[in-house]
Amino acid sequence: MSVLVYTESEGGSFKKAAYEVASYGKGIADQLGTSVTAISFNANGAGDLGTYGVSKQLNITDSKLEKFNAAAYADAIAQAAKAEGATTVIISSSANSKYLGALLSVHLEAGYATNVMELPASTSPFTVKRSVFTNKAFAMTEISTANKLVGLANNSYGLKENTTDCSTEAFTPTLSDDDFKVQVQSVDKATDKVSIADADVVVSAGRGLKGPENWGMVEELAEVLGAATACSKPVSDMGWRPHGEHVGQTGKPVATNLYIAIGISGAIQHLAGVSSSKVKVVINTDPEAPFFKAADYGVVGDAFEVVPALIEKLKAFKAANA
Amino acid sequence: MKILVCISHVPDTTSKINFTDNNTQFDTNGVQYVINPNDEFGLTRAMWFKEKQGASVEVVTVGGSEVEPTLRKALAIGADSATRVDAPALDGYAVAQELAAVVKNGGYDLVIAGRESIDYNGGMVPGMVAAMTGASFVNTCISLEIDGSTATATREIDGGKETVSATLPLIIGGQKGLVEESDLRIPNMRGIMMARKKPLNVVPSVATATETKTVSFEKPAPKGDVKLVAADNLDQLIDLLHNEAKAI
Repeated sequence: MSVLVYTESEGGSFKKAAYEVASYGKGIADQLGTSVTAISFNANGAGDLGTYGVSKQLNITDSKLEKFNAAAYADAIAQAAKAEGATTVIISSSANSKYLGALLSVHLEAGYATNVMELPASTSPFTVKRSVFTNKAFAMTEISTANKLVGLANNSYGLKENTTDCSTEAFTPTLSDDDFKVQVQSVDKATDKVSIADADVVVSAGRGLKGPENWGMVEELAEVLGAATACSKPVSDMGWRPHGEHVGQTGKPVATNLYIAIGISGAIQHLAGVSSSKVKVVINTDPEAPFFKAADYGVVGDAFEVVPALIEKLKAFKAANA
Repeated sequence: MKILVCISHVPDTTSKINFTDNNTQFDTNGVQYVINPNDEFGLTRAMWFKEKQGASVEVVTVGGSEVEPTLRKALAIGADSATRVDAPALDGYAVAQELAAVVKNGGYDLVIAGRESIDYNGGMVPGMVAAMTGASFVNTCISLEIDGSTATATREIDGGKETVSATLPLIIGGQKGLVEESDLRIPNMRGIMMARKKPLNVVPSVATATETKTVSFEKPAPKGDVKLVAADNLDQLIDLLHNEAKAI
């Protein structure tokens, strides 16, 4: 009755989210007095799973599962959970995990709590803290079914080393044609840029930048910091930036270590979407901008002067600390 | 083509979030309710299918009579009929059971829901309904075309997007991108008058169980004051981010 964690990989290598769910799975396994098993798809070895507390890896090797397929992956993870006798299953909050989570929940007849922030406050009853109302509040939610599915919020638990001997076994699920009713035709993904979900730092800009032609300095700042770029809702509505960059209540949530907001006044919907970020820096000409009340650090000044100066100083800092 | 749009009745995005009864109930005092934004993008896309491809559009929600104004608004926007499942929306699983029964009875080609409601953010109802009814499922859907019995959809993924084909019947978890913000419709007087005459059916609950229960709510701890750094002293900002916040 181990804890099963779904460890996501890309191109055979585990993602950071995989190690975070492994770390969290180990935390729950310690509470329950059991061990952690990871399920992976076409992974190239065990990576650092053992470092983060996984004692057994079940790896599925199947060319039909090279591209993510929510129905087939959910079916396979459910079969792995049953084979392992796992009653607690942990997934991340990546787009793919959120896609398959509900399907997996029905397969396992498992109550599903999403956006979970911490280890269970109690395992009997099984009670977890989850973020609700787009981070404007938290709910203590009890999962009452025998099987439990936990969707861990991104960057909430962090990586915790807990070195364990990790064995690897091949796992072969039985998949049906019904699992392949949705087929990926093409993937359009910038491989040279870090995504908002995976980034440790996000640099975001708003209407204060006056036009899409002024985003060069935002991208340069992001590059210096190894950050993803994001934007406010009006900016995506006006078509200055793609929708995929819109962060906030109706856009993407951001739960990064460092969030830098440039020329964003801080509408309540935007603040809600980014409030899980650990450190927030605001650069704005208007000292009355609401974002200053929600930020850790602020610079009152013209973005067109502050951002280029900050880029130069960060380059010098990075060079000195390399 | 028969389309069902699942609608959640949620507090407006600007609402102040408070709790009552010893932090066990959401405080509805002074709260304005709207169609869940993720659902409204889907409803507007459904109107496009109605106008361009002759689709019929029904809307459904789960809730008490207090949610009916939200259904009437959907009718005023242009849906043909509405169904209210007369049951409290206890958890994602219970709502999914109610909706799955409506979906099975209706024989829809396409069921449009939002990727999540902006109140409880469960994000599980569309996928659960798909799993319960055996329909294809595409989540975080940002574009959708239907040609005969096949759909072509684009879904947002971390760091990009992905184009998929899917067989009907299909359920999507939709979001902004299905239509643009500027495509959203404000009901006009004629729409509001017509909505009064459109059918709003109330059906009994069929859900048998819940899987989760919210025991209590809490609000985030108040935030400390912002530390302001002078625009001509950015070295201090870098020092604070490095040594104090340990963020760079």
